[in-house]
Amino acid sequence: MSDLNFKPGQAVDPQKAIRWGSLRVAEYRIYSMSKWMGSVIAYGLGNPVLYLVSIGLGIGALVDANSAGQSVLGVSYLQFVAPALLAAAAIQGVMDEVTFPTMDGFIWDKLFYAINATSVSSYQIANGVMLAALARGMFTVSLYLGVLVAFAAIPISSVLPLLLSSMFAAWAWSTVMLAVTARLERDEGYFAIIGRFVIAPMFLFSGTFYPLQLMPIYLQPIGWISPFWHSAELGRTLSYGAAMEPAMFLVHIGYLLFLVVVGLAFAYPKFKQRLAK
Amino acid sequence: MSQSANDVVIQAKGLTKKYKDFVAVDGIDFEVKRGESFGLLGPNGAGKSTTMKMISSVSQRTSGELKILGKEPNTHGPEIRAHLGVVPQKDLLDRELKVWENIFTYGRYFGLSRKFLKGKVDELLEFAQLTEKRNAKADDLSGGMQRRLAIARGLVNEPEILLLDEPTTGLDPQARHVLWDRLFRLKEQGVTLVITTHYMDEAEQLCDRLIVMDNGKIMAEGSPAELIKQYSSKEVVEVRFGTDKNEKTAEKLAGLADRIEVLPDRILLYTAKGEELLAQILESGLHPVTSLVRRSSLEDVFLRLTGRTLVD
Repeated sequence: MSDLNFKPGQAVDPQKAIRWGSLRVAEYRIYSMSKWMGSVIAYGLGNPVLYLVSIGLGIGALVDANSAGQSVLGVSYLQFVAPALLAAAAIQGVMDEVTFPTMDGFIWDKLFYAINATSVSSYQIANGVMLAALARGMFTVSLYLGVLVAFAAIPISSVLPLLLSSMFAAWAWSTVMLAVTARLERDEGYFAIIGRFVIAPMFLFSGTFYPLQLMPIYLQPIGWISPFWHSAELGRTLSYGAAMEPAMFLVHIGYLLFLVVVGLAFAYPKFKQRLAK
Repeated sequence: MSQSANDVVIQAKGLTKKYKDFVAVDGIDFEVKRGESFGLLGPNGAGKSTTMKMISSVSQRTSGELKILGKEPNTHGPEIRAHLGVVPQKDLLDRELKVWENIFTYGRYFGLSRKFLKGKVDELLEFAQLTEKRNAKADDLSGGMQRRLAIARGLVNEPEILLLDEPTTGLDPQARHVLWDRLFRLKEQGVTLVITTHYMDEAEQLCDRLIVMDNGKIMAEGSPAELIKQYSSKEVVEVRFGTDKNEKTAEKLAGLADRIEVLPDRILLYTAKGEELLAQILESGLHPVTSLVRRSSLEDVFLRLTGRTLVD
């Protein structure tokens, strides 16, 4: 037993603590994530390898062989689908890192209430969760890109543009899910529903495997509202120069940023309201 | 933050919190001085925890005034919280992290450096008697150890005020005494303690001064000794005649004591001389199933003020 070397009120610089609150939460989330690093890496590497083998070497070979040497839009099929697959990987990565920690923070272990008892504010907790999720998304996408380059599926010059386009999708989706999860009062399997009835249709009907324009017009709106399509289109233009009107370029970036703003606009007040209860 | 010896660190005036039509805290006034151990005593639902949330600057009041460390919590919440230590009713530990990691990661929220925290974590583990459990997962600790970890975590920023919400609820007697000892040491070191509890013995042990709350209002304020002196007698005789006989027997005891309270399971007789009164009862031909003479406690104060016991 010992007493404390204690100088009440002397240890903390409030301004410094307040300034870096969001980063402290992100730091904690990444530290927690590191406990599951094996799973994160296995998931990050396993997915691209499976997709490469099944789609790149399977469907891709079929598509390339039947397009009279022209391939899809002048590039290999794998190059065409890569931006969409990367967007999907980024979205799945942030989905896991936003939804479960937020449920844990508000409902399961209620850790957000402990964090909010420090100098960290409610909006900084939201930011921290988002930033950590983006770090996870970036890590997953980087692994994916590494595999694509290793298999010579994309040129190395495409790495940065594809990282950028997929992270835009990750950012947009992270804030949307932050807002959605912050509203949940109970764990009733909503994420399985979102995965099956929101993410899966968006992934399948957003021009992932063929250009959106080839789909029936009544299905195309799914792509228009989906971050997958906007991110994939950006990635295709940035990585191999797929043709795009400058206005559409702005529409794609603008829409993803719009989702970020809307997501945060709904998430911040909900975080504040729940933590003040 | 100012450091003068007797300054007021918490000041509440007409403090009110409403949830729609429900008034959880109803216009209460109180002050807490630096270095004091201040208690909020009352049954579940009295408004103690709601008051605590407003003091901890996370829940905004509906009306009234509140100053913590001289600042307005509605506008300076994070700044105030930088100097508070909070031990919530449920420990809110990260069960997946190790014991030392819980303290370390918490310290980082206050912007404390890794170098500072390295030494501080060891010191707090020693203080909380958790050094041997340093690398155990928080989830694997007993209830008492988790509570001590929550207190250690709440001290990581060397707070000016430590807020403890029901610190020993759910703990066995031994764990409670260990915890009381730790809290008493903090008090000796000049930390201001604010404690909510519905245990009268805890309030008597730890609090220099307290407010008794019920239905969101303050029923009485003072030191435990003052409250007992003001609202109760020196001693209490507890007699049991059987659930169906207590009420009827109480009528025969009227006039023997300063005051009588009839509870479903026992009769309480308030007097200055307990042993003498008990002898009188026995001489009158009444034979209780069990009898006990004890000194008055805050439980008796609460019973007097509200007509109810603290733990229903």
